Amino acid sequence: MASSVPRMVGRRLLAALPSIVAVVVVTFLLTRALPGDPAAFFAGPAATPEAVEAIRHSLGLDRPLPVQFASYVAGLARGDFGTSLTTGQPVGAEILQRLPASVELTLAGLVLALLIAVPLGVAAATRPGSWIDHGARVVSTAGVSLPVFFTGLLATYVFYYLLGWAPAPMGRLDLFATAPPTVTGFYLIDSLLARDLEAFRSAFAQLVLPALTLGLFAVAPIARMTRASMLGVLSSDFIRTARASGLSSGKVLFAYALRNALLPVVTTMGMVFSFLLGANVLVEKVFAWPGIGSYAIESLIASDYAPVQGFILTMAILYVLLNLLIDVLYGLIDPRVRIDA
Amino acid sequence: MTGTPLLDIDGLSLSFRTRTGTVKALEAVTLSLAKGETLGVVGESGSGKSVLSFAVMGISDPAATVTAGRVLFEGQDLLTASSKDLNALRGAEMAMIFQNPRVALNPIRPVGRQIEDVLLRHAGLTRAEARERAVEMLRRVRIPDPQRRANAYPFEMSGGMCQRVMIALALACSPKLLIADEPTTGLDVTTQAAIMDLVDDLAKETQMATILITHDLGLAAQHCDRIAVMHAGHVVEVAPTAELFAAPRHPYTARLIATTPRPGVTLDALEPIPGMLPDLRGTLPPCRYAARCGRREPVCDGGALAAHLAAPAHSVLCARPL
Amino acid sequence: MTDTATPAPAPTTAAIAPPLSPAAATLKHIRYVLSENPVTAMSFAGFGIMILLGIFGPLIAPYDPLASDTAAALQPPSGAHWFGTDHLGRDILSRVIVATRLDLTISLAAVILAFVVGSVAGVLAGFHGGVTDRIIGRLVDTIMAFPLFVLAMGIVAALGNTIGNIVLATAVINIPFYVRMARAETNARREAGFVEAARLSGNGTFRILGWHVFPNILPPMMVQVSLNMGYAILNAAGLSFIGLGVRPPTPEWGIMVAEGAGYIVSGEWWIALFPGTVLMLAVFCFNLLGDGLRDIIDPRRRT
Repeated sequence: MASSVPRMVGRRLLAALPSIVAVVVVTFLLTRALPGDPAAFFAGPAATPEAVEAIRHSLGLDRPLPVQFASYVAGLARGDFGTSLTTGQPVGAEILQRLPASVELTLAGLVLALLIAVPLGVAAATRPGSWIDHGARVVSTAGVSLPVFFTGLLATYVFYYLLGWAPAPMGRLDLFATAPPTVTGFYLIDSLLARDLEAFRSAFAQLVLPALTLGLFAVAPIARMTRASMLGVLSSDFIRTARASGLSSGKVLFAYALRNALLPVVTTMGMVFSFLLGANVLVEKVFAWPGIGSYAIESLIASDYAPVQGFILTMAILYVLLNLLIDVLYGLIDPRVRIDA
Repeated sequence: MTGTPLLDIDGLSLSFRTRTGTVKALEAVTLSLAKGETLGVVGESGSGKSVLSFAVMGISDPAATVTAGRVLFEGQDLLTASSKDLNALRGAEMAMIFQNPRVALNPIRPVGRQIEDVLLRHAGLTRAEARERAVEMLRRVRIPDPQRRANAYPFEMSGGMCQRVMIALALACSPKLLIADEPTTGLDVTTQAAIMDLVDDLAKETQMATILITHDLGLAAQHCDRIAVMHAGHVVEVAPTAELFAAPRHPYTARLIATTPRPGVTLDALEPIPGMLPDLRGTLPPCRYAARCGRREPVCDGGALAAHLAAPAHSVLCARPL
Repeated sequence: MTDTATPAPAPTTAAIAPPLSPAAATLKHIRYVLSENPVTAMSFAGFGIMILLGIFGPLIAPYDPLASDTAAALQPPSGAHWFGTDHLGRDILSRVIVATRLDLTISLAAVILAFVVGSVAGVLAGFHGGVTDRIIGRLVDTIMAFPLFVLAMGIVAALGNTIGNIVLATAVINIPFYVRMARAETNARREAGFVEAARLSGNGTFRILGWHVFPNILPPMMVQVSLNMGYAILNAAGLSFIGLGVRPPTPEWGIMVAEGAGYIVSGEWWIALFPGTVLMLAVFCFNLLGDGLRDIIDPRRRT
C-alpha cells in the first residue's frame, strides 16, 4: 500500500497541470488587456513617437499575440517575470525574496485558525444545543462577516495603542533587531537555527497580531464544517459499534470520530486557502508586512504592472500547489481514495 | 432455565422526547436470559426490538429516557452503572453485532486494527499479542487469508465478509452475551445462512448466550430456544420456540405465525396483519394491539394489563388469550 | 435501519392542521421562522434600514459628506459630530450614511450580474450537458484556480481603476457559485416529470428553461444571493482599502477605513472604527439574512 501514495501524488500533479496552464493564460491575457500603452509609459512623457515605437519593438509588443505568449511562457520557464519599473530589479528575484514573509504569515494564521476552530467545532458537535454550540454558531456567522483589514486595525488599536502589549505594526522585526541569516526565509525558524533568541522573540511578537487577524478570519468556515461533519459522524453506525465495544470515549471521539470528520474539513480547506491568500494581502497592508501582497499594492499605486502580474501568477500557482497538498492529505487520511488511485 | 439468569430485564419502560411529544417506545418490558441460552426477539419494524437492545447495551439515543425498570447483568444494574463500569462490560462481557455491517465498521481503519482496539481495551494484551489474536479471530470466523485481510478496509470487503469481521470484533474478548440485531439484513440468502450458522457454532463453542433480534419469525424459529414477541413497545408473548408455534396464546403471535412463509403453505394462505402500529405518542390504551385485533371485547379496554403465565415458562400479555 | 433508537420525524404541523392555500402556508411558515428565530427577524429589520439609508442617505446626513473644514479636523465624537471628524474635518457620520448607497449599489450590481450570467450558464450546462457543460465547467475551474480576491485585484488592475471594473471583478469571482448551484439544481430537475410533460406538450428548450426549470431553482439561488451580498460588500471594500476602484474623496466604507488606518497608531480610533463597524454590520446582516432565508425555504437544511 505504501507504493500507492507516490502514485497518487503523481496523478494529482498531472491533474493540476490544466489549472496551471489556465492560470498562465489568464495572467497573460490580463496584462495584454492593460489600459494605456506600456511602451509609452516606459519611454516617459517627453519621448518622440519614434522612441516609443523603438521601445515597443524592444519589448516585443508589436508582435502577434501568440508569439508574445510564447516568449512570455519561455520567460516564465527561465524564471523571468519581467523587471520592476520602480526598483529596476527583476520581479522574480524580488518576489522570491518576499515570498517567505507571506508564507510564514499565512501558515501561522492557518495553524492558529485550526487550533481554535477544530476544538470549537468538536465541542459544539458533542454538546448540541449547549451554550458552546450556540457560541460556535454566532462565531461562525460573525467570523465570515469580518472585514479582515478592519479587525486588524481594531486589534492594533487595542493591543498596541491602548494596552501596549503588541509592538508597532511595522513589519516582521522591531527596529533594533537584526534579521537572522537566511536559511528558510522564515524568521521564526531562521532565528532559532542561528540561536538568536532576541530575533526570535522580536519576530514572534511582530507575527502574533497579523497571524491572529488572519487566523480569526479562517476560524468560521473551519469551525462550521468541523461541527457539521462531526455531528454527522457521531450519529453514524460505526461510532455506535465503537461505543458498543466499550472503547474509551477519548478513543471513540478522536481515533474514530474526528479522523473521519476531518475528511470534509480537509476538502473545504481549498476554499479556506482561497480566502486566506486574499485576506493575506489586506493584512500585509495593515501591518506593513513586507510580503508579496504589500509588494503588489506598492506596485499597483505606482502603476508598475510587471510586479502585479508576477504577484498574481505566484499567488495562483501557490494556490494550485496548496490544493494539491490538500488532495494528497486527503488521500493519506482516506484509504478509499488512496487505493482507487 | 436454571440458576440466576445472566440477563434480567425487569419492567423496563423507555420513552423519547421529541418536538411533537413523548414517544413511549418501551413499556414494562420483562425478559430474562439464562447462561448459554438463545432468545429470539421478534416483531414488526418499530415494535421496539432495537430500542430494547440499545437500552441493554447503554447506547440509546440521547433523547431516550428510562422511566422505570431495571436491567440486571449478572446481578449488576446496567442502568445505574457508571459509564466507566459500563465501558468495562461492553465489548468484554457483552457485545453486539448490527445490521448493515458495511457501515457498522469504521471506513478508514483496517479491520484488523478495529479488532485490536477492542482487545487492547479489554484483554490487557501488548500490541503484538493483540495483533495475533485479531488475526486468530478472523480465522475463527472463517475469513480466508486472515493475515492479509487484517490489513484490508471495510470498503474492500463484501457485506458478508464485513459481518464476519463484526462477529470477530464482538467475540474477540469471549463475551457471555451477544446481541445480534438483524445480523443478516442486507445480505444475500446463502450468506445469511452462513452467518447464522457461524453465530450458532461460536455460541455453542463458548457457552455464550445470544439474543437474536429479527423481524423474521422463521429465522428465530430455526436458531432460538425461546422466542419473545414484541408489539408497539410491549412484550406480548414469551414461550419456548416449539410451544409458541404449536400453541400461540396471543392473537398477534397467531397472526404473525400465519404471515410467516413455511413449507407446505401457499402464498394465498399467508394473511397480512390488518392495521398499523399505533402512534406511540400521547395516551395509549392498556392493550396496544386492541385496535388491530379481531378478538377485541370491552374487557380489552378495561384496566391495566399485566403479563401472566399461560403455561410454565409461557407468559402472555392479553385479556382474552387464545 | 428500520428500527433505530431515533423515532421517525413526526409529520409537520401542516399535515395535522387543516389545509391552507400555498401562499397562506408560506406566510405562516415565514411567521413561524421569524418568531422562532428573533435573529432572523433582526436581520430583516437591518436590511430594511440599509435600504432606507441607501435611498434617503443624502437627505438624512447632517453635513455635506465632502465639505472639509480644516479647523475642525480630527475631532473625536461629540454632540455636533456624533462619529467625529476625519483629517480634513469632514463629518464621519454623514460620510458613513452617504456611503451606504455606493456600497450597496456596487455589491448589488455585482451580485445581479453574477446571478444572471452564472445562472444562465449553469442552467445551460445542467440542461444540455456534453460539450456545453464541459466548456462552462472549464471556465469556472479557471476562475476557481485563483485565490478569488487576488483575481479581483488582477482584473481591476488590468482593466482600470473604475467603479464599473470593481463591479465586474466582484461579479466574475462570484459567478462560479451560481454556475455550480444552477447546474446542480437543473441537473436534478432535468428528468423531473413536469419538465418531461412540458417537453411532450411541444415547448421549445428556451421556453422550458425559462418557464419550467428556472422558477424552480430560484428559491435556493436567492439564498445564495443573500449570502453573496455580504461577500461582495467585503470584497469591494477590500479593493477600495488597497487603493483600487473607488477614489478619494468619494465616501465609501472601505476607503474610509483606509483613511483612518494611519491614525489608529496615534489613537484617533473613530475615523476607522465607525465605517468599519457599519461595514461589518452590513455584511453580518446579509449573512444572517441568507441563513434565515434558507430556513424559510428549506427547513431541513438548518445548521
